[in-house]
Amino acid sequence: MVFLETRDVVKQYANHLALDKVSIQVPQGEIFGLLGPNGAGKTTLIRIINQITAPDSGSVLLNGEMLNAKDIYNIGYLPEERGLYKKMKVGEQAIYLARLKGLSKQEAIRRLKSWFEKFEIMAWWDKKLEELSKGMQQKVQFVITLIHDPELLIFDEPFSGFDPINAELLKNEILELKARGKTIIFSTHNMASVEEICDDIALVDKSRIVLSGSVADVRMRHKTNIFSVKIASQSNVSSGEDFEIIDTKEIQGQSILRIRKLREVSNSTLLTMLAAHNEIISFEEEIPSMNDIFISTVSKTTKSHE
Amino acid sequence: MNKIGIVIQREYTSRVRKKSFLILTFLVPILLIGLIFGTLFLSTFKDSKAKIIAVLDHTDKYFPFFENTEQCQFVRADQSFEEFRNKSDEGIYATVVITDNLLDNPSAITVYSRQQIPLDIQNQISRPLNEHLREEKLNSYDIADLRQIIDESRISVNMQTIKWDDSGKETVSYTEVATFVGLSFMMLIYTFILLYGSMVMQGVLEEKTNRIVEVIISSVKPFELMMGKIIGIGLVGLTQVFLWAILLGAMFVASLVFVSRGPAPDLSSISANVDINSIVKAQEMMSSINIIEILFYFIIFFIGGFLAYAAIFSAIGAMLNTQEDAQQYMAPVSLIIMFAIYAGIYSLQNPDGPLAFWTSIFPLTAPIVMMVRIPFGVPLWEKMLSLGLLFLTVVFLVKLSAKIYRVGILMHGKNPGLKELLKWIKY
Repeated sequence: MVFLETRDVVKQYANHLALDKVSIQVPQGEIFGLLGPNGAGKTTLIRIINQITAPDSGSVLLNGEMLNAKDIYNIGYLPEERGLYKKMKVGEQAIYLARLKGLSKQEAIRRLKSWFEKFEIMAWWDKKLEELSKGMQQKVQFVITLIHDPELLIFDEPFSGFDPINAELLKNEILELKARGKTIIFSTHNMASVEEICDDIALVDKSRIVLSGSVADVRMRHKTNIFSVKIASQSNVSSGEDFEIIDTKEIQGQSILRIRKLREVSNSTLLTMLAAHNEIISFEEEIPSMNDIFISTVSKTTKSHE
Repeated sequence: MNKIGIVIQREYTSRVRKKSFLILTFLVPILLIGLIFGTLFLSTFKDSKAKIIAVLDHTDKYFPFFENTEQCQFVRADQSFEEFRNKSDEGIYATVVITDNLLDNPSAITVYSRQQIPLDIQNQISRPLNEHLREEKLNSYDIADLRQIIDESRISVNMQTIKWDDSGKETVSYTEVATFVGLSFMMLIYTFILLYGSMVMQGVLEEKTNRIVEVIISSVKPFELMMGKIIGIGLVGLTQVFLWAILLGAMFVASLVFVSRGPAPDLSSISANVDINSIVKAQEMMSSINIIEILFYFIIFFIGGFLAYAAIFSAIGAMLNTQEDAQQYMAPVSLIIMFAIYAGIYSLQNPDGPLAFWTSIFPLTAPIVMMVRIPFGVPLWEKMLSLGLLFLTVVFLVKLSAKIYRVGILMHGKNPGLKELLKWIKY
């Protein structure tokens, strides 16, 4: 079921078109990666979902209904540029921001205390924010983002500024949110983390969606039909009508070949052909990483624009 | 609680609890009182010892007429002029030398001293002599009752200024009081608009450079955040005014109690007379201006003026990226305020002149100039017109600023030019 949907959202700024008929569909209870190079329009789209800015045309639907003012209570947003009051005490501003999200004061304190204990930052409750380390500030901000228990969470580069240990903590927290049925939009440049935790992605470039779908699906679609084959002795393979050899290496009596499939034959057939004259150690199809897909897709659109 | 209320609450409490606010609130009245009473107190200190002034009177006529005072004690010279000149000091502060009959030769008197003689002492030397000489001269005319005639001819008018109100009721007016009150309230409103207006600007700028603004406006509308901030800070200003009024009032009452208890019993009859007279006079002066009316208009003009300028300042804050740019962008606004101050001061001389009139109608100068004029009496329709225009302007400026604010707080990088600003407004 689709939880959040944008339909042909257009946003024109003074000097440039930020979003050009952008449509995305975010399924409920999944982690949706919103990818794209800097300045592609991701932040604008996120701001529109947060009702910080309004689209010129197009619509945003949350849970099947047009986005309305009450929906801000159902969205938690962690902006890329983090910010809190430097001179204000941590606990006080957490309560303030929680109340702005519709919690009563008592409820805000109750929830904040349990989160602060979980993240081991309770000792900092009465400290001014500027006294905290950057990682600690990030934790505070993360807690504030989900304090009102929203159904939709939007994280813009959530891992920046975290050390590996805290990044792991955060990742587990995000996965736990998913397990509790929350829908998560995840904007990042870190493609490794996309492969790790995202279910679906949309790639925005030059104000348009240039690629979308489930991560597995996208990667399969970008297959280049290249296989890596390891053979126990000298290779006895030659290019034919069905495949060609791109590269051959010999290491310690073993051969490593990269071959490209030229015709639509099944992988099993291909393997049978190879195995007929060779002792196969391994046979693996090279599926491109999200990083490769990102780079090739973005450079393609850049070329087509030039 | 609605969101604008939550924002107001934060803006208010976070500022009122600051040390700087408490210090300013409680120290300023004390300093003010201290300054006034301190100077009064210090001025009561006289030289502890009277200065000894030797009189070397060759005519031997004038010495009896010198009067000893707290500051000067006159002694008959027992040394010659040369001795005085060559022998330093010995407690003699100055030497008055009279060489001739002063009636015939008024410049036959000279004062020698080793230090410059203050005017005060000079007067104490010359005044009794002048009086005596005048007497002597009058006597020399040999006209009967001359002194009485002259005393009677000394007439000066004792002019009272009385104001009529619309029903013809009379009140004694005191221009000095009106001037003082007008100036005080003008300075107060000017200080508050500038102080608290720039506080709004700094608050907006802080949230923008902190980037917290993006978190907040994902929960509240930019307009709510802006208005919450303006109202919260305005309430801080009003709190300060009220606290000052209470503190000053309390100190005033305390000082009255202190003064009335002060004198020793045997002097009570005299001092009571004096006190009653001066108290009556003070009461008359106080009642010559309608302090309730002035306070009422002060609050209203303060609110209007603050809102108008706070709206402008919050738009400026939203446009900028750093604290350093603020001065430059504030300059045109400061110019208007300075103009208002000058117009206010000139209005003192002619509270109903065209400059005073127009600047107290023009919304951006009205809060300042009107405060000068109100103690002198301003027709109701002028006040209403001025207030009406002021609050219309407030509505307009708030709407305009909200548009700039909404876009500006999310813009980073270059400060916008005029063209860009117009786009933001239209957008």
